[in-house]
Amino acid sequence: MTLGKKAFGVGIVALTGLCAFGVIGVVVYVMTTIIIGGHHMMSWTFLTAAPAEGMTAGGIFPAIAGTFFLVVIMSAVGVPVGTITAIYLAEYVRQDSWIAKSIRFAVNTLAGIPSIVFGLFGLGFFIQFVGRNMDKLMTPQGELVWGQPCILWASLTMALLTLPVVIVSVEEAVKAVPRDLREASLALGATKWQTILRIVLPNSITGILTGGILAVSRGAGEVAPILFTGAAYFLPHLPTKLSDQFMELGYHVYIMSTQSTNVEQTAGIQYATTLVLLLLTFLLNFTAIYLRFWMRKRSLQ
Amino acid sequence: MTNSENTAPRAPRTKTRIRPFEFIAEKLLASIAFVSIFFIILILIFVFRESLPLVLGTATDDIGKVTLKRIFDLAWQPVSNTPQYGFLPLVVGSIKVTLVALGVAFPVAILAALFTSTFAPKWAKELMKPAIEILAGFPSVVIGFFALTVMASLFQTVFHLHYRLNAFTGGIALSLAVIPIVFTVAEDSINVLPKTMREASYALGATKWETSLFVLLPAATPGIFAAFLLGLGRAFGETMIVLMATGNAALLSPDIFEPVRTMSATIGAEMAEVVFGDAHYNMLFFIGVCLFVFSFSLNAIAELVIRQRLMKRFRGTA
Repeated sequence: MTLGKKAFGVGIVALTGLCAFGVIGVVVYVMTTIIIGGHHMMSWTFLTAAPAEGMTAGGIFPAIAGTFFLVVIMSAVGVPVGTITAIYLAEYVRQDSWIAKSIRFAVNTLAGIPSIVFGLFGLGFFIQFVGRNMDKLMTPQGELVWGQPCILWASLTMALLTLPVVIVSVEEAVKAVPRDLREASLALGATKWQTILRIVLPNSITGILTGGILAVSRGAGEVAPILFTGAAYFLPHLPTKLSDQFMELGYHVYIMSTQSTNVEQTAGIQYATTLVLLLLTFLLNFTAIYLRFWMRKRSLQ
Repeated sequence: MTNSENTAPRAPRTKTRIRPFEFIAEKLLASIAFVSIFFIILILIFVFRESLPLVLGTATDDIGKVTLKRIFDLAWQPVSNTPQYGFLPLVVGSIKVTLVALGVAFPVAILAALFTSTFAPKWAKELMKPAIEILAGFPSVVIGFFALTVMASLFQTVFHLHYRLNAFTGGIALSLAVIPIVFTVAEDSINVLPKTMREASYALGATKWETSLFVLLPAATPGIFAAFLLGLGRAFGETMIVLMATGNAALLSPDIFEPVRTMSATIGAEMAEVVFGDAHYNMLFFIGVCLFVFSFSLNAIAELVIRQRLMKRFRGTA
């Protein structure tokens, strides 16, 4: 091998290594910047107080609570639907049938649609179509209750967006349930439904949990779908019913850093809010990764 | 007589007997499983429906009918005395930002994937995995915030840029969101290659880097192409990062160091202030239809490529 060729080889390896460590470096840099910028604002009061003085002081509690409500309603809808879809895909249909193929294609497509299009859909379908028609039926005076942005429509939009995450995760778990267990159950005279309910479902509970957590992490981080389906700039009180608007962490970061009149003055709040959002998603993601790791280890045994 | 009837062998029960509950349960599950398909269709219908007046030519504003000619205008000024709905500047904006993002993310992610799947020592792999997971877990608004507050100022001083927020800065920020997708799919497609391929190459005297560059990388092409398509879809449709970091001026120019307004950012920025049902509102939904159709086609192509690759693998021709 010539020297030039050898040098070229070393160059290639070095270049790939540079890219890999470059990515790691950037991740570390982003995280340290946000931690350095936000840690001094972090306090119990910041997490539990409402914004004050025209959002230039105070805390972010309404945004945390709003995010919480959003993901709870989202999961309550998305996790059951996703779980059932995954079970149907894994247990009832042949993998090469057109039903399985088209559902899978739909799920992949859903995962690829830009989040802003989900926002448009939430507005066009949930608010303008479902909401307006509900109002027509229920409030004869023509009041707007459901035909306007609110936490229910935002949550449902988000549930649709995070559905693929749940499906993929649950399906993996359902497929990891050993065949022997199913066959043993069927051999004992249990029907298919009984087998699914008593054997498959309990054994894939970790996968369902993982899917739910990943969906929550994704839902808590997305802002585009809720821009015009329910998130509010500032609200003096927490949402008390499904037709209320709400504040949200990601939206708060966006608003504070682009629309607020005191961008300089509120830099600390912006960093700290970003930090809270980041910590929240990390916590959720690492729980999910750990659960998945644990699940794989167990299914190997 | 009755005796012999009793002892006659019964037909096996499981196959023939209809269990109403089981039947209903299956149909119920099936109907929920179809929700995804149902909603894909609903998304298409309802996003399209709100843009329909524009397509039919019935949308009107202050200065009259919004004709097709006005949609293909060269300026986007929907809120003015003479509204202009030319969405070409927005398309150009999206393309500019996407090109920058992919131009950075694609090579970096592919090379990094090559590193972790072939050259990297174990400790480096162990380091790379969580780093990518963390990057993939960054909410886009966090990347947008970082780009807006830190990157924009940094780039402006380093590259002496005239505008603080521009297509270049937004594109680089966007690449942070694209890298994990391209990396994951590319690394996966290199890792699934049969071990014999590597070994055969080594046996012929090829070095590690020759093997990875001239054997593994070409063999993983379909997967890498799929990675490219998925990255492209993400970059083109991403909203929050470009909304925060590109400056949002609808300029029609080829310069990547000028501010741009992308299609997605336009929807995100303007939808909240628009009058429901007017031409501007219809136009924003029309842009949404474009984004939907684009991502749908990308996904369809990626699906086709991956399936063909699998077919080849099963036949043993790849």
